[in-house]
Amino acid sequence: MNAHAPILPILIPLAAALLQMASGRLPFQRLVGLLATGLLVLLTGWLTLLADDGVLRVYALGDWPPPFAIVLVVDRLAAAMTLLTAVLGFLVLLYASAGFDREGMHFHPLFQFQLLGLLGAFLTGDLFNLFVFFEIMLLASYVLLAHGGGLTRTRAGITYVVLNLIGSALFLIALGLLYGTLGTLNLADVARALTQPGYNQALVRLSLALMIVVFALKAGLLPLSFWLPHTYTAAGAPVAALFAIMTKVGIVAILRLQAIALAPVMPDLLANWLTTLALATIVFAALGALAAVRLRALAAWLVLLSAGTLLLTPAQASVEVSAAALYYLVQSTLAGAAFFLLSGIIAEQRGKVADHFMTGPPLQAAWLKIAFLIVATTAAALPPFSGFVGKLMLLSSLREVAAGPVIWTVVLGSGFIVMAALARDGCYLIWKHKGAARPLAVEPVGWQRTTALLLLVAAGPLLALLARPLSDYSGRAAAQLHTPGAYVTGVLGAGAAKSIDHEARQ
Amino acid sequence: MEVLLSIAIGVLTACGVFLILRARTFPVLLGLTLLSYAVNLFLFASGRLRVDAPPLIRAGASYADPLPQALVLTAIVIGFGMTAYLAILALRGLSESGADHVDTDQDE
Repeated sequence: MNAHAPILPILIPLAAALLQMASGRLPFQRLVGLLATGLLVLLTGWLTLLADDGVLRVYALGDWPPPFAIVLVVDRLAAAMTLLTAVLGFLVLLYASAGFDREGMHFHPLFQFQLLGLLGAFLTGDLFNLFVFFEIMLLASYVLLAHGGGLTRTRAGITYVVLNLIGSALFLIALGLLYGTLGTLNLADVARALTQPGYNQALVRLSLALMIVVFALKAGLLPLSFWLPHTYTAAGAPVAALFAIMTKVGIVAILRLQAIALAPVMPDLLANWLTTLALATIVFAALGALAAVRLRALAAWLVLLSAGTLLLTPAQASVEVSAAALYYLVQSTLAGAAFFLLSGIIAEQRGKVADHFMTGPPLQAAWLKIAFLIVATTAAALPPFSGFVGKLMLLSSLREVAAGPVIWTVVLGSGFIVMAALARDGCYLIWKHKGAARPLAVEPVGWQRTTALLLLVAAGPLLALLARPLSDYSGRAAAQLHTPGAYVTGVLGAGAAKSIDHEARQ
Repeated sequence: MEVLLSIAIGVLTACGVFLILRARTFPVLLGLTLLSYAVNLFLFASGRLRVDAPPLIRAGASYADPLPQALVLTAIVIGFGMTAYLAILALRGLSESGADHVDTDQDE
């Protein structure tokens, strides 16, 4: 059982999706989906605790020895990311089961496939396999984006699909170049081969840079981020909430590639340009948040803002910065998802005005206002919630780096702009009504959606309360991430990694 | 043979990129198809070009690297599925809006 644990997070959603496809009945699909994702939460929680002993758990598919086999690698980072995905997936699925899944066909199997792609992308230790899991994730996301229909979604879908197909082509070119020069696509073996002399330096650099570009497209780094606000605004509320973690896949991929393959041999590949572009992304997203005309668009810009903030971290190549980034990543994903779910309910309660920032009927449920206050406080990084803790950790870890003063100025300035935007927009949603307007008579929110939303909203205060154990864990995860030698030994066996640790120390 | 293959990849990529930069969905779709052909050929070449060599290891016989062939198969299947989905999506956009412009803010 323990030996096969790494593959289970991939098998469970696969089995669930197949079961759901066998029967088209919605209650059955809901039950299977919720059971499977509930099981995933328990399993990945257990994996996260298990991974905390610092041992690298390597699962060779088909039991071929690495580097020939495709390997799944569970370290602290991968385990924590799968737990985050599972928790988010469970809550979003609970929300969607209240009726959103009725708006189109095959919501549930596609949702499971999306989870499968996400979990696989976090777990895999092979670059071509990463491409395959990316495609599974993307293919499901293409259809989920169009779920519910409508012209806006179709049009947003076309841009999104075309862009990602170009991204896939670039990824394949990068993989071809890498295989042609190094003769391997296993991440650990790539890291080992990079420390050996005798390969074509220029081609390898080109290939790794192309790969970073593809990950940056997923993450939404500035010149490649124009699709993101548009797509996330067009998607249905639960779909957008699940998409909140998709940008993070790109960021984790960059972090891992940087820490394991790039840092020991070519630390200059990310220097300068990535931090500059990330800062530009932050400014762009803050201005977008200020210009947003509806809550869902605002949430999309905030997702971009958190992605930009996280993209400041890989180029620093430091354990402290990565540790802070992991905590920030977890809390910003949950806050972003909460924002999207909230926008769905608020839009429903305000009738024609929907979630546009205009004078409209008051909200029926008073707790929604409190929920908005908590989520907005978290997103604006104001104390006392997790947004504040995350940003504080990130900024204090970035104090020492060369570009520190610039980063501080931009991050704090953008935080101020976001705070102003949220305060202004909150007034419209909560206080401004026409005369003695009454709440519209709409269906009650329902227990599934209430539970899902409340749990996501509660993540803000809860993650702040648990900040100490969580930051300790992310510190250990970052420390493990930044020892490429241990990763290479863990995957390829002892003896292969001597040279790489030597290089990393210099 | 290397020259021929690199010219083929280059021409396919150039045509693909040109078509992707068009403003309508149909040329973009064709461009993506051409680009994926180029990428598949490129992946295939990453295992070096070998004539008369099966991807099987036998004593004394020369063999071709089987891994890129497996990679190409995967890439073909994925690319094919994606392109088919994009075609359906483009058709749906055409029937819903009456225009096949890629630019989403064309007439809103």
